[in-house]
Amino acid sequence: MLDESQMENAKSMSIIVTKGTLDWAYPPFILGTTAAAMDVEVTMFFTFYGLVLLKKDLNLGFSTLGNAAMEMPMMGGHMKMPNMVSMLPGAGSLAGTMMKNLMAKKGVASIEDLREAAVDLEIRLIACQMTLDLFEYSQDDMIEGIELGGAATYMENALKSDINLFI
Amino acid sequence: MADQTLNAEGLNCPLPILRAKKTLKGMSAGQVLAITATDPGSVADMAAFCNQTGNELLSSTNEGDVYTYEIKKA
Repeated sequence: MLDESQMENAKSMSIIVTKGTLDWAYPPFILGTTAAAMDVEVTMFFTFYGLVLLKKDLNLGFSTLGNAAMEMPMMGGHMKMPNMVSMLPGAGSLAGTMMKNLMAKKGVASIEDLREAAVDLEIRLIACQMTLDLFEYSQDDMIEGIELGGAATYMENALKSDINLFI
Repeated sequence: MADQTLNAEGLNCPLPILRAKKTLKGMSAGQVLAITATDPGSVADMAAFCNQTGNELLSSTNEGDVYTYEIKKA
């Protein structure tokens, strides 16, 4: 733990997490956990589709639709993911499974691992109350140790943060 | 001679840093942690991590695909 003088000098960062697909879950969790490991006070504010990243059961997939630049390594080359693929039933979870396998092979952390690290590193995880109401989630659906808050909670935090990111 | 060692081989960004942080947390000031990693990105990242946290990067070396670091806890 930091002592009082360190606390005053500590840098801080806030991240608004708005997307809950497998690919978009990485940037906020990677930056958040790394910053916390570098003694930055981190607050992550989960809103709209980002809120699912706080659910106890993560079942993340993603869509190839609209990911025009997405290429996957395949047989020594790279293959573009045609948008057509995303129309097939189950394409989202299949793409998610493929991506998770690739990540495990390359030693990339799972989102579950990074989220656990976020909790260990004492990152403040704030769920947007309005989004909970809107999508009919209760706090029981979410992992332990999160806080609830709204836009004013975020603003108070953001105004005194050195870095504010919207992802 | 290191007081503790950490094998971060095969792990990709940001895991070597997160594991380093976790291991350092359980050590006392002045103790030395030796880390091995295979992520080439860890060269720049381990230096940045030490710069920011005040832990001292005693050495950063590379042999083949393995990168070795020695960090003295602040």
